[in-house]
Amino acid sequence: MLGSDAILRALEQEGVDVAFGIPGGAILPTYDAIARGTSVRHVLARHEQGAGHMAEGYARASGKVGVAIATSGPGATNLVTAIADAWMDSTPTVFITGQVRSNLIGTDAFQEVDITGITMPIVKHSWLVQDVEELPSVMKAAFHVARTGRQGPVLIDVAKDVQEAELSFEYPDEVDLPGWKPPRKVHPRQLHAAAEAIAAAERPIIYAGGGVLNADACAELRALVDAAQLPAVVTLMGKGCLPDSHPLNYGAPGMHGSKFANWALNKADLVIAVGTRFDDRVTGKVSAFAPGAKVIHFDIDAAEVGKIRHADIPVVGPLKLALSQLAAEIHPPDHEPWLRQLEEWRRRFPFRYAKQDGVLKPQTAVEAVRDAVAELDTDVVWTTGVGQHQMWAMQYLVCDTPRSFITSGGLGTMGYGVPAAIGAKAARPDATVVCIDGDGCFQMTCQELATAALERLPIVTVVLNNGWLGMVRQWQEMFYDERFAQTHLTQAVPDYAQLAEAYGCAGFTVESEDQLEEAFAGAFSCGRSAVVDVRCDPEEKCFPMVPAGAAAVDVIEAPEEVAVR
Amino acid sequence: MSTHTLSVRLENKPGALARVSQLFSRRGYNIQSLAVGPTERSDISRLTLRVDCSEHSLEQIEKQMHKLVNVLRVTELPTADSLERELALVTVSVAPDRRADLVALSQVAGAEVADVGRDAMTFEIVGRPDQIEAFEELVRPYGVRELVRTGRIGLRRPSRSSTPSERT
Repeated sequence: MLGSDAILRALEQEGVDVAFGIPGGAILPTYDAIARGTSVRHVLARHEQGAGHMAEGYARASGKVGVAIATSGPGATNLVTAIADAWMDSTPTVFITGQVRSNLIGTDAFQEVDITGITMPIVKHSWLVQDVEELPSVMKAAFHVARTGRQGPVLIDVAKDVQEAELSFEYPDEVDLPGWKPPRKVHPRQLHAAAEAIAAAERPIIYAGGGVLNADACAELRALVDAAQLPAVVTLMGKGCLPDSHPLNYGAPGMHGSKFANWALNKADLVIAVGTRFDDRVTGKVSAFAPGAKVIHFDIDAAEVGKIRHADIPVVGPLKLALSQLAAEIHPPDHEPWLRQLEEWRRRFPFRYAKQDGVLKPQTAVEAVRDAVAELDTDVVWTTGVGQHQMWAMQYLVCDTPRSFITSGGLGTMGYGVPAAIGAKAARPDATVVCIDGDGCFQMTCQELATAALERLPIVTVVLNNGWLGMVRQWQEMFYDERFAQTHLTQAVPDYAQLAEAYGCAGFTVESEDQLEEAFAGAFSCGRSAVVDVRCDPEEKCFPMVPAGAAAVDVIEAPEEVAVR
Repeated sequence: MSTHTLSVRLENKPGALARVSQLFSRRGYNIQSLAVGPTERSDISRLTLRVDCSEHSLEQIEKQMHKLVNVLRVTELPTADSLERELALVTVSVAPDRRADLVALSQVAGAEVADVGRDAMTFEIVGRPDQIEAFEELVRPYGVRELVRTGRIGLRRPSRSSTPSERT
């Protein structure tokens, strides 16, 4: 067998049913192996960054390891943004790149870059394979490292001659990684201490993040919430790990989170952090974050515990195990007044925005697509880009199932939404996949509409087209004396509906509120990918907002005169 | 801030050292010295790192290093419980008529003559870091032309160790 065939056999053994990529010189032998036949479906992207985000979307929608394949040099460097994104959001992914022939490595050969060197800070581990005999064990190890412990990206760089070399293929059953020992157990004494602290708390709050989804611990989290009537806030990355409509879910805290979620953390006497990392977009000024609270921190990654905020009770280990063991010994605290207080805050400080006659507000469009999708009789997966539209999606979408909200949280990668949606659709073909995007984001990766159309992976993209880099514009208006430097994109160029048609998708243009329903009905029934260009208020700002570095309680709210919705 | 010595057992694989040093620069930790070399096992290297940082950063460094696939074990070497040694080569300017003085001086300090040139001599000295520094001060008035130190290497003293031996 050739090395290239060994790569495919390994992917099959690992249960990979879809891989995303683009061929090129140094990876040609592996694509030749694809041509020879494999059960792996290859989705041809139009840019390697797109392939990378598709692999991420696939992984986040399915819980399986996402795979992206690219050639050496520019193919590999185009993957870098996706690799960094997967690193920041702990998305299990395997990136496979071709490398120039072994005898050319280090000579600045055509399309040679040191991609293992370039990506060293943003992968869990990487391998440069120069001996074909190593290929099976490297593939095995790569998938193992990507999906165990705190999940994340790994990279395998395979020299072209290795892909062409003969080997006798045998896929190992075991990995030989003496230095890779993620925790498998939870310390019972720590769990006991956590249970005691919870029983004694007057104002407890769970602070749950994306780690709950990665650990497949959503049912365990919910059981804990129900058993002890513990209220919870759920971060952007965690959205869906506890149903948004669960009465004890107080939604997202942070820079554009609700005032009640931020207050819940701020006034708590016990913060139970679960699979979350005290990101600066959540905490604001760290010294003013949950100032009166003891902290219990559950995480699979010991390095996250105590990194930003001291953990009074650290609990390192797999969340699924930790939460189920905790639920078994939990005693509900006596916290009725606290639950009443949280409800009062929720009633007093809902998300709100000002409606104006004749002006189409972006939030209205998000609510309309949310309501349109609720009518459909399918699973729904939402993806987003990064910016105002992402925050409105977080605020107004209701996600009641795990893996139904896919976004770029840590890296904040504009352009993530469309390719991530394509990857999600490949993973869950029966689901309705909707990308809420901004016009700035959309233009960064919209070439992947061709992939969606030709690979028959229909997605609906809602472009909240305000003609600006909206979040940057908002900062310029609020913090840079309204000097709008280089943020105006215009609403008319390109014409997104025409662009969609050019890519073989359906295009819709919405210029007023009364056109929303019909456009969404058309988009969801057209049977192919669709783009809905929603030309909305260019001046709308996203509130509430905690300015960067400010205390999370020092929140700027939407202007007073607005109608409460 | 205080200075700590870390001992790291590392798989002897391509790029392993780069991953450790990359982690230090990426996370903003400052390495004072780094010595790396083979151990009793050919597939394992040992790094001895000197870092100047707070206790909180030290804990972070250890945890982050533990996550590297090639890192087998990270231990701090507390000064009181550890042996630390360093080697230095020092080339000192010296006129032929003053060589005898300098050689006598170096013998007192525990250094040896490694090479003699027309107007300079090279000494080698092995010892605790403070002994190396003392020797450096001693010969400085003669004019130190070149100096190189290996950076310290260390092991836990078996006489002070509670566990029988380190395992991988």
